[in-house]
Amino acid sequence: MKNLIQKLAVAAGTLALAVSAQAADITGAGATFPFPIYAKWAEAYKKSTNVGLNYQSIGSSGGIRQIRAKTVTFGGTDAPLSGEELEKDGLVQFPTLLGGVVPIINLDGFKPGELRVTGEVLAEMFMGTIAKWNDPKIAALNPGKKLPDQNITVAHRADGSGTTFIFTDYLSEVSPDWRSKVGKAAAVKWPAATSIGGRGNEGVAANVSRIKGSIGYVEFAYAKKNNIPYLQLRNRDGRFVSPDDKTFAAAAAGADWFSVPGMGISLVNQRGADSWPISGATFVLMYRNPDNRAASNEVLKFFEWSFRNGKDMALELDYVPLPDALTKAIMSKVWSQIAR
Amino acid sequence: MSTSPAGGGMLDARRLDAVHRQGDGSMQSTSTSSTSSTDSGLRDETRLRIVRRQRIQDFLFHKVTLSFSLVVLVALIGILISLAMVAWPAFKKFGIDFIWTVQWDIVNEDFGAAIAIFGTVASATIAVLIAVPLSFGIALFLTETCPAWLRRPLGTAIELLAAVPSIIYGLFGLFVFAPLFAEYGQPALQSMLGQMPIIAPLFGGVMNGIGILAAGLILAFMILPFIAAVMRDVFEIVPPILRESAYGFGCTTWEVVRHIVLPYAQQGVIGGIMLGLGRALGETMAVTFVIGNSQRISASLFSPGSSIASTLANEFGEAADLHLSTLFALGLLLFLITFVVLAMAKILIIRTERGKGLQT
Repeated sequence: MKNLIQKLAVAAGTLALAVSAQAADITGAGATFPFPIYAKWAEAYKKSTNVGLNYQSIGSSGGIRQIRAKTVTFGGTDAPLSGEELEKDGLVQFPTLLGGVVPIINLDGFKPGELRVTGEVLAEMFMGTIAKWNDPKIAALNPGKKLPDQNITVAHRADGSGTTFIFTDYLSEVSPDWRSKVGKAAAVKWPAATSIGGRGNEGVAANVSRIKGSIGYVEFAYAKKNNIPYLQLRNRDGRFVSPDDKTFAAAAAGADWFSVPGMGISLVNQRGADSWPISGATFVLMYRNPDNRAASNEVLKFFEWSFRNGKDMALELDYVPLPDALTKAIMSKVWSQIAR
Repeated sequence: MSTSPAGGGMLDARRLDAVHRQGDGSMQSTSTSSTSSTDSGLRDETRLRIVRRQRIQDFLFHKVTLSFSLVVLVALIGILISLAMVAWPAFKKFGIDFIWTVQWDIVNEDFGAAIAIFGTVASATIAVLIAVPLSFGIALFLTETCPAWLRRPLGTAIELLAAVPSIIYGLFGLFVFAPLFAEYGQPALQSMLGQMPIIAPLFGGVMNGIGILAAGLILAFMILPFIAAVMRDVFEIVPPILRESAYGFGCTTWEVVRHIVLPYAQQGVIGGIMLGLGRALGETMAVTFVIGNSQRISASLFSPGSSIASTLANEFGEAADLHLSTLFALGLLLFLITFVVLAMAKILIIRTERGKGLQT
């Protein structure tokens, strides 16, 4: 009972904060994934323009709820809205950053990137149909490696998350079985018999580092900072790749962003010799005809400034900035739909 | 303002009056001139005024404090109504079956509360089963056999255990307790109890160190100080004359506890256990850390599960539409479960107090 009251209080507090933020500050809420870089951009932006940003990292669904309730000027989401949904609410959507999700493992004697799997095998491991590390399907992809006779424990996110959305989007893409039985969402029903949920990237990483023979998935920046062993994945072109900013950018390079209304394309399993198959973008939602045009213009100014000046800051924090051609296209094709 | 003192009560009232007047600057000049002239006539007048003022003050004080208490009631009812309102679509869709449906599929929006209710009740029950005997021993030692110099530091230490924030228990559980439990605790339990008929499946499965049993153990630590403190208090209210008489008959300590202390404090003990159970049912952070957060029911206590509170904590951020409504429905169910437990505790405690009055 006490905890429920706390929950409600937090929800109310979030609303109150969003409403009572200073008029001069930009208000936004949503995905947790881009929060560190938005915060860093905001700090630098405040120094040069004296306009602050108040971004509440409450999760993608929260961001969508808040922008629909018009309590914030922009919403952030990792799972893009569809064209119809955008149309219905009169919203505009554009990406701001790229990122990737990496499968991490805890297997004695394997260094980061040493073990290779395909998407199909990865899906079967998370399904629970491949239950041991020395399964012939894994062994066939890793000739000459000594794989232990150990059970696979699946570690997943317990909280709803854009990371889970991107990851399950990929598994659905490569495995029809996964698509029909589990599907893609911010949180899914994990089918493997031995699956353990952790809160946040740190929760998953803690479980993986603690449980021998476990496999999980986290945002790339998190795996890199903590030097957690990750898997190499075979991409659509049949090449094994490791996750880094270049392979994420490669995944986005071939993408046709304007093929889908609202630019909500999926970046998983993209073509390209170097593309990392579990890549994704984080998006911003804004109103086509904002009630408060001055505030809306401030948001656009902030992102324009960040697209121009924020690339190095993004790379420092292991985010992948959007290519110049894309940001130019966003500024000319998408922002022109927003009434100034 | 200087009037001669006339009787103790009057003097106090006068002083009070004077203080009030000094506070009120505009009144001061007129009252100073009038009070000094005719003493006795004014005294009645002043007395009346004081009485009237005090009556108004009492009335206001009563209303103000009443409104404070009503705020709590209004908030409680408000929470209940708002929970029920948001939860309504879930109840409408799944009906009463919601409570015992074993399903939690967010993608296909097919929900049942049974997994979370099972996890909540199972972990809380384990916690109570472990914490009650331990608390009983602690309370017994503190009230019956503890040397006087140790009583206070030990009692304080147990109370301090109650002051540890639950997130600390969660962190301790995940990073310290779980690895040790997986390494030593679970294999020992499995080799001891895993071969026994009937209960063997409870201790089967993969030994990860986290799961329903781990959550129950951490919860036991958390509710132990509460139960022990209540037990100690009710043991202490046993009249010394009863205890001493029994010792005088030549009873052993155990006989005194078994036949004098326990019957006397019985209902208070049950009340304390209920309070602990209530806390165990609603505990969120510590449980979320160690329960494994897996949406399934398994025969093994080693396997991960989830409680109502942990499901709420985990999924609120990204829930929408029916999923959100279902979480509110879960919250409402937890509300009802804890409410029933706390109400039962209250009733038992009231009964104990009545019983106490009769026996002494």
